[in-house]
Amino acid sequence: MGVTTFAALGLSACSGSFPQSTLDPASGFSSDLADLYRTIFWWAMFVFVVVEALLVYAVIRYRARPGREGEPRHVHGHTALEIAWTLAPAVILVFIAVPTIQTIFKVDGTPPDGALEIEVIGHQWWWEFKYPELGIVTANELHLPVGRPVALTMTSADVIHSFWLPRLGGKRDVIQGRTNRLALTPDSVGEYMGQCAEYCGSSHANMRARAFVETQADFEAWVQQQLTSPPPVDSLDGLVQRGAQVFTSIREPANHSCIVCHRIEGLSYGAIGPNLTHVGSRTTIAGGTLPNTAEGLRRWLRNPPGEKPGEMLGRTMPKIDLSEEEIEALVAYLQSLR
Amino acid sequence: MATSVAAHVPAAAAARRSGIWSWITTTDHKRIGILYGVTAFMFFLLGGLEALIIRAQLASPNNTLVDADTYNQLFTMHGTTMIFLAVMPLSAAFFNYIIPLQIGARDVAFPRLNAFSYWVFLFGGLFINASFLFGAAPDGGWFGYANLTSKAYSPGLNIDFWVLGLQILGIASLAAGFNFVVTIINMRAPGMKLMRMPVFTWMALVTQFIVITAFPVITIALVFLMFDRFFGTNFYNVTAGGDLLLWQHLFWLFGHPEVYILILPTMGMVSEVLPTFSRKPLFGYAVVVYSGVLIAIMGWGVWSHHMFATGLGPIADSVFGATTMLIAIPTGVKIFNWIATMWGGRIQLKAPMLFAIGFIAMFIIGGLSGVMHSSPPSDLQQTDTYFVVAHIHYVLVGGAIMGIFAAIYYWWPKVFGRMLHDGMGKAHWGFMLLGMNLSFFPMHFIGLLGMPRRIYRYDTALGLDTLNLVASIGAFILGASFLIFIFNVFWTRKRGQLAGKNPWNAATLEWAISSPPPVYNFSVLPTVSSRLPLWTEHGVSEIPDVPPEPVHVPGGTIWPILTAAGILAIAGGAIMHTLWIVLAGALFMVFSIYRWAFEPFEV
Amino acid sequence: MTHAVAHDTSTGLDNRKMAFWLFIGSECLLFGSLIATYLVYEGRSISGPTTHEILNIPLTSISTFDLLMSSLAMVLALAAVARGDKLWSRVWLATTALLGSMFLGFQAYEFTHFVREGLTLQVNLFGSTFFVLTGFHGGHVFVGVMWLLTLLFRSFQGKLGPDKALNVEIAGLYWHFVDVVWIVIFTVVYLIQRQ
Repeated sequence: MGVTTFAALGLSACSGSFPQSTLDPASGFSSDLADLYRTIFWWAMFVFVVVEALLVYAVIRYRARPGREGEPRHVHGHTALEIAWTLAPAVILVFIAVPTIQTIFKVDGTPPDGALEIEVIGHQWWWEFKYPELGIVTANELHLPVGRPVALTMTSADVIHSFWLPRLGGKRDVIQGRTNRLALTPDSVGEYMGQCAEYCGSSHANMRARAFVETQADFEAWVQQQLTSPPPVDSLDGLVQRGAQVFTSIREPANHSCIVCHRIEGLSYGAIGPNLTHVGSRTTIAGGTLPNTAEGLRRWLRNPPGEKPGEMLGRTMPKIDLSEEEIEALVAYLQSLR
Repeated sequence: MATSVAAHVPAAAAARRSGIWSWITTTDHKRIGILYGVTAFMFFLLGGLEALIIRAQLASPNNTLVDADTYNQLFTMHGTTMIFLAVMPLSAAFFNYIIPLQIGARDVAFPRLNAFSYWVFLFGGLFINASFLFGAAPDGGWFGYANLTSKAYSPGLNIDFWVLGLQILGIASLAAGFNFVVTIINMRAPGMKLMRMPVFTWMALVTQFIVITAFPVITIALVFLMFDRFFGTNFYNVTAGGDLLLWQHLFWLFGHPEVYILILPTMGMVSEVLPTFSRKPLFGYAVVVYSGVLIAIMGWGVWSHHMFATGLGPIADSVFGATTMLIAIPTGVKIFNWIATMWGGRIQLKAPMLFAIGFIAMFIIGGLSGVMHSSPPSDLQQTDTYFVVAHIHYVLVGGAIMGIFAAIYYWWPKVFGRMLHDGMGKAHWGFMLLGMNLSFFPMHFIGLLGMPRRIYRYDTALGLDTLNLVASIGAFILGASFLIFIFNVFWTRKRGQLAGKNPWNAATLEWAISSPPPVYNFSVLPTVSSRLPLWTEHGVSEIPDVPPEPVHVPGGTIWPILTAAGILAIAGGAIMHTLWIVLAGALFMVFSIYRWAFEPFEV
Repeated sequence: MTHAVAHDTSTGLDNRKMAFWLFIGSECLLFGSLIATYLVYEGRSISGPTTHEILNIPLTSISTFDLLMSSLAMVLALAAVARGDKLWSRVWLATTALLGSMFLGFQAYEFTHFVREGLTLQVNLFGSTFFVLTGFHGGHVFVGVMWLLTLLFRSFQGKLGPDKALNVEIAGLYWHFVDVVWIVIFTVVYLIQRQ
């Protein structure tokens, strides 16, 4: 039963219907892990079949039946047999240990020279991504050029989270006060989903991440877009300008003012929430839980704690008293920040 | 039964054995065993209810049955309850009832300390669950990682309940640990050499050694957390230079031995049932004993396999991967010894035997997924996903709980004097096997296909809706299976077949006396000359039906429960941040200890 | 403490003595965890007073000596109880308790002095690890002193004859253990300071 189900799912995993499958690798890192898993899996299958068969056989063959009376022979042990079945698992474990240790050193996170440097900072409950060499700061989604090694340097701003995009690689915890590293080279263009994999409080389930692996040309286009400064506020008009106005308005209490938490190049310097300079270019918002559409933005702005439960000492987005008009304006403004 | 007690125990003492007061003041290991068993079973049902709500929430994507904070409390309490309030005390119920009977003793070494352990356990369990009344049940996971559990990120009472509750429970476990080691080593009947002891008693001995060495470590981890939260110390404070991994190291140094505390006693239980229903002795007794000892020792060397994703570095990863793989060897050896026990036997598929066989079958699966986790790179895709949830539930439900039910069906006649209905037992087993496999097997896939643990909702985009629904259905079938058991218990209270001394025709000493045993257990302390006393000619000296001279039975005492109450008051004062209650509780505890120490009490 | 005669035991060792050795074993892990944490965090305080600035080795050597001498008094107390010497039982029990209390006095002085110098539980890692480690130890000494005073009281009640020597022996085991833990703490915290 297990084998056929596994095989069936293994096949269907290739069809892309399991976007976070660990068995559908899209990088050298995740391939190495999947290959190692398969090695161990087949050894485990072998042991499973042999041992369960022995068990089932014993139960059936030696069942008490009418006609089979009398006490069975009392056997207390058999040294040769016991040595054999102690050594056999040990030998099998060697076949698992050797590739394991080889893989440990292969994937230990040391990136090759020339890797694209990315800093990952986990927050409750969103991912911050910085490209230090390129001067880009974004949130929730990564853009990566296909075939180029990536060096992730990771930490947390608060509690322990775990960065995990299964098809691109194994997970790594991000821990305040420590720097962890991952290295991977994505090998196919596509969109890869992931989410936080270390319980981090109320909205742990809502801390999603996404990576867009694209051609070099598309990646460079994205970089250029991210480096373009947004138009100055006085050049805006209509609803978009009204939105900028709402964004910069001062509200009570202090953390209800957007500029206190969010950064927009040339406009505000908040450093608590995600950088919104190019928020319009992202496909999702709210830690990857809502689509970055007008409706998604409206839902979010109306009631952030309703969408992502958990209030954390002024570091999560509170419910702000915004009128529908203000929300429409903000939506227009944020969508304009491509 | 009452009459035989009255004939051989002072009449006043006999009268004192009925009524609730006699239970509150009892120091009789058999009564304490029953108290542990009933209490633990209630907590088991509570933990199960928590699981069912979790699975109901996860039966469909983006479900809104419970909100995030409620869900987080539920999974925290499910884990904490099942580990500390269900599995451990269910095993303790058997330690209490069965060990003195198996070694030919009248009671444990320290009967009052034994009672104290139970009351502290009860009060600790009530304390930690009282948090629900305040809407502040612990919500940091059963493993409570810093710094999520710090005051800054968990400002409410939730973690305070957890920290204080676990420390209370630790006291109960430690006291019982000292008690049982001394009992087993020091109170064996003449001729009951260590290598003649039943495997259950051996595994209990090994387990208690793990308890007394592992619990101090988590005590310190919790003390540090408590001091950080209550007094502003810096143990888990990164800005002061603290290292969050300190918590993880301390916790898992306890946490890994803890899983052997959970499984070894149940392996001992299975090791008793298999020979009895195979009609032949345990194959390789010495090896089974030594492998248990080896597991306990080696279990201290694997803790960081819970931390493979934290970035320990390739050398640490390699070392812990290797030690974890090594521990599979003594574990695997036991399985082969069990199968060899059945091999060539005349197997009676009664309910206890079905559960024991089920244990083996399910534990193999759980053990193999454990081997998959032991490889650090492979584990990077498995840790913190439903793959681990599958692993732990195969070993804990398929393993430990099945083993405990094997023990329940096996020893029930001895404890209560009546047989449980075997057909109902088989039905319970069948539904349990079906339910648990339907629930936990899909979780292997759910995990490998990318669903992390401890999330209150998941998106339909993951493609895991059907698998989750199947897992949820399985959980409810599993839950329903226990209803059959409960019905069986009530059905057989009056209607169950009377058991007699040895309804299974088993080999060990507890089956040489009446069911239930007399209050003094053995009319005369037996002399034993075999590992299988009742299967060996002259394996045990004769045990007359009535004692040749009156047997002294210690009376009851109120001081164990009052000392436990003092401890509860200390915790209560602490959670209320009210110093005078803490001090009053401490004073009352000290007062009770003095009264305990100075009361006349003959063992 | 009113068990008359020890029952026959499988090892010949009294149940209470065996239980106490097990307790000491688990206490080794308790203090081991505290000491290990102290060592892991040594030298990693970001600010606040450090070991070099604040620990007073000469003074602490005296309190260490005091505790060592108290163990000697404890040995003498046990010997006196075992031979039924009421006077000297009481003298040596009282002396042990007194020396233990003096140790606590030294600790109290040291703690208050440190706090005045700016080392508190909260100020840095050293403050947290130092005070919790030595505080736990001091708490154990305090329990020991209470235990000794209780034995002393029983002696005055005429209830601490040679038949109760085991009770005193077990108290002695505890006392010596607490002393040994102090030797380790003194060495690790005071004498071997990270440079």
